[in-house]
Amino acid sequence: MKDTAKDMHPITVRVNGRHHELVVEARRTLADMLRHDLGYTGTHLGCEHGICGACTVILDGQPARACLVFGVQADGAEVRTVEGLADGEALSDLQQAFSDHHALQCGFCTPGFLMLIEAYLAEAGADAGELAEQQARELVASNLCRCTGYQGIVAAVLATARARRGAP
Amino acid sequence: MSSVGARLARKEDPRLLRGRGRFGDDISVPGQLWARVVRSPSAHGHVNDLDVTQAAKAPGIAAVVTAADLPAGLVIPVRLAVPGPDLSGYLQPVLAGTTVRYVGEPLAVVVGEDPYACEDAAELVEIDISERTAVLDARTPDSPTAAELTRGYGDVEAAFAAARHVVRIELAIGRHSGVPLEPRCLLAVPHCDTGSLDIFGMTKVPVFNRDLLARLLGLDETLIHVHGVDAGGGFGVRGEFYPEDFLVPWLALTLNRPVKWAEDRAEHLVAVNHSRQQHHRVAAAFDGDGRILALDDDVTHDNGAYCRTHGVAVPELTVAMLPGPYRVPAYRGRIRVVLTNKTPCGTYRAPGRFEGTAAREHLLDVAAGQLGLDRIELRRRNLLTRDETPHRRPIATLGTDLILDTGDYPALLAAAAGEADRLGYRALPAEPGVLHGFGLAMFVEKSGLGPQETADVTVSKSGAVHVYSGGTSVGQGIETVLAQIAADALGVEPGVVRVTTGDTAAQPFGAGSWASRSTVVGGSAVHLAATAVRERAVELAARILEAASEDLDVSDGAVIVRGDPGPCVSLAEIARAAEPASPYLRPGEPAGLSARRRFEASHMTYPYGAHAAVVAVDPGTGQVRVLRYLVAYEVGRAVNPTLVEGQLRGGVAQGIGGALFEEFRYDDAGQPQAITFIEYRMPTAAEVPPVDLLVCQDAPSPGNPLGVMGAGEGGVNAVGAAVANAVRDALGLTGGVGQLPLTPARVRELWEARHDG
Repeated sequence: MKDTAKDMHPITVRVNGRHHELVVEARRTLADMLRHDLGYTGTHLGCEHGICGACTVILDGQPARACLVFGVQADGAEVRTVEGLADGEALSDLQQAFSDHHALQCGFCTPGFLMLIEAYLAEAGADAGELAEQQARELVASNLCRCTGYQGIVAAVLATARARRGAP
Repeated sequence: MSSVGARLARKEDPRLLRGRGRFGDDISVPGQLWARVVRSPSAHGHVNDLDVTQAAKAPGIAAVVTAADLPAGLVIPVRLAVPGPDLSGYLQPVLAGTTVRYVGEPLAVVVGEDPYACEDAAELVEIDISERTAVLDARTPDSPTAAELTRGYGDVEAAFAAARHVVRIELAIGRHSGVPLEPRCLLAVPHCDTGSLDIFGMTKVPVFNRDLLARLLGLDETLIHVHGVDAGGGFGVRGEFYPEDFLVPWLALTLNRPVKWAEDRAEHLVAVNHSRQQHHRVAAAFDGDGRILALDDDVTHDNGAYCRTHGVAVPELTVAMLPGPYRVPAYRGRIRVVLTNKTPCGTYRAPGRFEGTAAREHLLDVAAGQLGLDRIELRRRNLLTRDETPHRRPIATLGTDLILDTGDYPALLAAAAGEADRLGYRALPAEPGVLHGFGLAMFVEKSGLGPQETADVTVSKSGAVHVYSGGTSVGQGIETVLAQIAADALGVEPGVVRVTTGDTAAQPFGAGSWASRSTVVGGSAVHLAATAVRERAVELAARILEAASEDLDVSDGAVIVRGDPGPCVSLAEIARAAEPASPYLRPGEPAGLSARRRFEASHMTYPYGAHAAVVAVDPGTGQVRVLRYLVAYEVGRAVNPTLVEGQLRGGVAQGIGGALFEEFRYDDAGQPQAITFIEYRMPTAAEVPPVDLLVCQDAPSPGNPLGVMGAGEGGVNAVGAAVANAVRDALGLTGGVGQLPLTPARVRELWEARHDG
């Protein structure tokens, strides 16, 4: 009979700039750890098998499906979740563009899209302003939304990319 | 100043964009247990034994329950009863006893301290089932029939006998469903001091579900408080009363611990209502001028293993709505509701209409070819004209008379066709190796099902306006829309209006959000309540200002004297003047600046529209791409046009899923083949084109004070029809496409058969 004790590991992780120390079971997903151990419930679980992308967070600068990463793998990492996008009470430019372009309805997939797009635009930097609609569509096609038909999300990506290029 | 009609930013957006929404699984309480449902691995069989011994001994497990532990004879009743058929023998038990009827049917529940441990323990439940033959094709003659319905009027036989042309097709609609992105979740928190129960995670019809739960638990309904939560999409499936809606609260009361259950996606795809799967044999009789003499549809409806809360409402809607916007002198729609060993069915956005519109509109395209008429001209000749509405069909649906209340169908068809041509839909540049096709479909929707909705509107002492609606928030933007309606009726800015939905304590008479009823029926209730508050505010202000009520008006949150900029009293001051013991209150008058009003609707209101699609078909691979898509839709009046457009665009995306990609397939043993998002293929941004819209406000509904008609289902209604027609056009078929979804394999078959022919 196998040992029934849980395989627990102490880890440290920074989430949205805040330092956390916790002990987490080896098999616990990063998504469950963020949501249920650390209280970052803005990261949503839509499929738990890496297709829908609702759980996308930025892990050391890269977009990652938090349902496909174990919490222990984030030991020593920097995680950004949807709660870290706004500056105080002010929405980020991307969040505001989502509202302006009606890019969300039920809002369940929204955090995953925001983190996916934020990571992409940050990596693309100045080149993001040249983003063509087809590229924006391909980016948005990484995740699933069941409410909007995607048109508003694509528009929000393009608007944010162009505005960032125009910024000093 | 008018809020209604304005493109206001949604009140819901800031919290949802910041990750501050409150979805079911975002709520946890100290000491909660987690539940895991053990489901049948067999499609049909006799349960010889269910041994939970090992599971119960697993670490951290508090309880394992089976049907034997539950009160005897528990079944989930029908919510939406259609007069006639007795479905009592086909209802789903909360947990299966000696017979299982579909893969995924709940057999037992494991409850423990940790959801991972519960999943482990669930694997330890030993299930011994003697398998029986599974019924998987509803069209086999000996498949069990739960009900047969016929709707119609006129002498169909005589009309067909006298017809110049008779056109027939068969069309099968694939099994698919709403599949909201948030799986279901339920948290039940018992309070041993009061015997009460807090529930988080119910939506759609929370008051109905509360009352049903109270009855099943033997509790007074006021002891159960269903709290409003955010919901990650509804689409008809979420919020119906499922086995888990009894199990989780019952476990919480029985164990006297909070119990939470969070469904995973694999469960969702086999547990939550399926929909749509029907086989239509539809025929039309025409005279020599292409005018319809009669329609006759013979439908087989695959309802899965049980009749759930919708009973036979979807089959009834199918045959009741089938004649659509046309002048049909004689009609017969027959539908056989067959039970199969699949996940049971319920409603999915535009239930019965997605299916019926596809059958009728595809038939019309085939007929146009056979009659040698242009497809749009054939429709134009047969559409009811403005002079013919209101048009009463001698058909009842959902207990109401079917009266097409208002509209100009030919004008909308002309507008849609004109817009499609203006946008170049029928003149796209050719692509090598690809066939382009154009398809168009007309339809009638229904919305605003009664019998009632209730709203409370209260002004608090800060001057904030609170709306307590019986609707629920499932992503449609109900908080924004109701705030706009309340703001206009009361004379305030929408920013000061706070809308509470889905809470059974805040609004105990709510009828819920479904059937495109929230704006129509819920909005009208808010309009009435806010109007009553306005009148009461004027009455009290008249006392405060010592003026005559008829000289007063409400503007921007204050009562003013018309034509006199001086005297003014704010709604906040009036709310304070309405406090108990206020000198402005007369003996016997209720305190508070508030009103509860009910809007009753004995008939539905019927919006209508047209869809047009351009597809590119690769005959080599069978791949279909939707290149352009247009929805022209009459809503009477758009409270917030941006939200109407969002509803239509989202509906089109779901419709494209059902037309091309999404299907719950089963193997020969009844094992579901779509149990992840790899097999259940929902469209991404790569498959959904930008949608062109023509939102019309030319036919205000006569049946409600706002003139509104529902917008929730007009985007999905005709997608199957328009895409089928476009693919048929691309392939140059003389007959129909036979079935949806039009997968590459199906399209290849059609292309090959065309060449063989």
